[in-house]
Amino acid sequence: MSEAQGIVRPKTAASTALRWLLFAILGLFALYYLMPLIVMVMTALKPLDEIRTGSLISPPRNPTLEPTVRAWNSACVGVRCSGLKPYMLNSILMVVPAVLISTMLGAINGYALTKWRFRGADLIFGLMLFGAFIPFQVVLLPMARTLGALGLAGSLWGLVLVHTVYGLAFTTLFFRNFFVGVSDGIVQAAKVDGAGFFGIFFRVVAPMALPAFVVTVIWQFTQIWNDFLFGIAFSAGDNNPATVALNNLVASSTGVKEYNVDMAAAIIAAVPTLLVYVFAGKYFIRGLAAGALKG
Amino acid sequence: MANVRLENVWKRFGANEVIRGIDLEIDAGEFVVMVGPSGCGKSTVLNLIAGLETLSDGDIHIGARKVNDVAPKDRDIAMVFQSYALYPTKTVRENILFGMITRGASRAEQDVALASVTELLHIDMLLDRKPGQLSGGQRQRVAMGRALVRNPDVFLFDEPLSNLDAKLRLEMRTEIKKLHHRLGKTVIYVTHDQIEAMTLASRIAVLEGGEIRQFAAPEVIYEEPEDLFVAGFMGSPSMNIVKGRVVRNGRLELEVTDAEGAVRFPIPDPLAGPAGRHLGGELFIGLRPETITRQGTQRPGTNVFAFERAIDVVEPTGPDTMLVFSLGGIEAIGRVHPEDKAPADTLFPFEVNMDRAKLFDPASGKRLR
Ligand SMILES: Nc1ncnc2c1ncn2[C@@H]1O[C@H](COP(=O)(O)OP(=O)(O)O)[C@@H](O)[C@H]1O
Ligand SMILES: [Mg+2]
Repeated sequence: MSEAQGIVRPKTAASTALRWLLFAILGLFALYYLMPLIVMVMTALKPLDEIRTGSLISPPRNPTLEPTVRAWNSACVGVRCSGLKPYMLNSILMVVPAVLISTMLGAINGYALTKWRFRGADLIFGLMLFGAFIPFQVVLLPMARTLGALGLAGSLWGLVLVHTVYGLAFTTLFFRNFFVGVSDGIVQAAKVDGAGFFGIFFRVVAPMALPAFVVTVIWQFTQIWNDFLFGIAFSAGDNNPATVALNNLVASSTGVKEYNVDMAAAIIAAVPTLLVYVFAGKYFIRGLAAGALKG
Repeated sequence: MANVRLENVWKRFGANEVIRGIDLEIDAGEFVVMVGPSGCGKSTVLNLIAGLETLSDGDIHIGARKVNDVAPKDRDIAMVFQSYALYPTKTVRENILFGMITRGASRAEQDVALASVTELLHIDMLLDRKPGQLSGGQRQRVAMGRALVRNPDVFLFDEPLSNLDAKLRLEMRTEIKKLHHRLGKTVIYVTHDQIEAMTLASRIAVLEGGEIRQFAAPEVIYEEPEDLFVAGFMGSPSMNIVKGRVVRNGRLELEVTDAEGAVRFPIPDPLAGPAGRHLGGELFIGLRPETITRQGTQRPGTNVFAFERAIDVVEPTGPDTMLVFSLGGIEAIGRVHPEDKAPADTLFPFEVNMDRAKLFDPASGKRLR
């Protein structure tokens, strides 16, 4: 073991025992954390009669995808019995433009606030930062009026607008903190080279900010996809995002409670955020390490 | 080639007056070094000339043109930044050509310019690397290449060598001097390193507190410093500057007193006039370390003055040995040949070339002449 890396420690029986104890405790915590997910996945794979007879944590004896398929395209959400599918599409149609627009605007804000310093830049940043701490309940009514006035009430585009506006505080914060660490000399060099505000942004600065983009996209995607409050407040019926539809689906089962369908629907609604983490998680960690989330 | 003229240039950041009325006339083809302690406003002056900062007051002319309101890209300048400021996501080739591409130069023009610059700087084999894969010296070369490829009228350098190790710094220093020789372009070069200033400059501008203390040829700055600041800043180890009283003892002398007794430096004839006006009062005397040696070692006929002092510390540097002794409350340094040295705590026979001694008025800090 002399080739192991790190700080040299004396190796005794006691330290080895302590080490195993530590692993055991950590393992226990991990299990506790994973338990709900395990129960959900197992329940989603069980037929209904098995749920009624078996215990919560017994593995499925005859695993079936039937509940998952039902949740996807035939379970009833309110009076409409076409599963989560249309609402998943709603969520995608909402989340993609909202994430792209808020991330892009945040990047430009952060760049302008740090590299094109103007009188009052600090004040403006302070105010935007304040926006990150506004409890969203406070803005529900004024926002409803605003959306009404804009003719966007109940529509998906209304939700896109709301998420973009309230995401800006965070996206600006992320990018400002990234760009503060970028040497001013690079921007000055690009100015001498003849590039303008957007030329420098797109050709020099934005490519450097890849980690910040990844962190911001993940953050915004998760926030907007998982949002329930704005979804239920500002969208109507067929325009509901998946989170709201999931709630309605669970609430609208008549007679027997189909736990397996409910669980499968919850998993379906959570899959996109999981996928984003899996594909971009590496960059997320790197971005965190690069200080994109530090204050 | 173009001359550069600064007229009463002021720069304020809020209430902070960073540049306080600078006048500077730089001739075409000249190599001017601006030197001064950190924070004295060197980079700010350079940024003002480049157009990266706006003037608070005054005018800047480059060639025949007043450039107060001209954008950096249209000033016909190129700049090398302190931290290189290479574009980290671009290859060396893209870094060098970025300006030409932005200006819409043709492929043929780009190729010609790239070839000549890479050959000059020996960076042909680095073209496809990113800055992160280069050593400090290589980055420095690429940064120079990016400036050279512009083929500008005026080069601006902001401490281009300060991030290199000592050996590389020397090499690049020589190389920059050669380049200037070859291209003959006007260069304005900023550094806090006074040796760099002495070796490179055709003229040196010494800055302090946003004002120019002196603007003259290196030898003049070294031998005829305008005031105490310039005298103390230029030279390494720096000039011994110590306070004494002007007394008449048959001849005019400057008497420096401390616990070891008094040393009476005879004031050389050319300074007798102005020093006489301070008779009975105090003056600073400035003695460069290299003018203080062992008795009997200076060129015959030199106007030397001999005195003895106990050595506190012996510092060998190789070619010379520094002998530290106390004089009028400061740690004075004499610079002797290694074979002339003596152990610490012994009394040492010094002699000093009084023709190279300077006197300064303590009230104004100005050199007497
Ligand atoms: N953008 C700025 N805003 C406010 N103060 C500045 C700015 N740039 C420089 N300064 C101040 O101007 C002074 C001179 O800075 P600088 O020209 O960078 O000095 P040097 O290059 O000689 O070390 C410093 O005190 C610095 O704090
Ligand atoms: Mg500087």
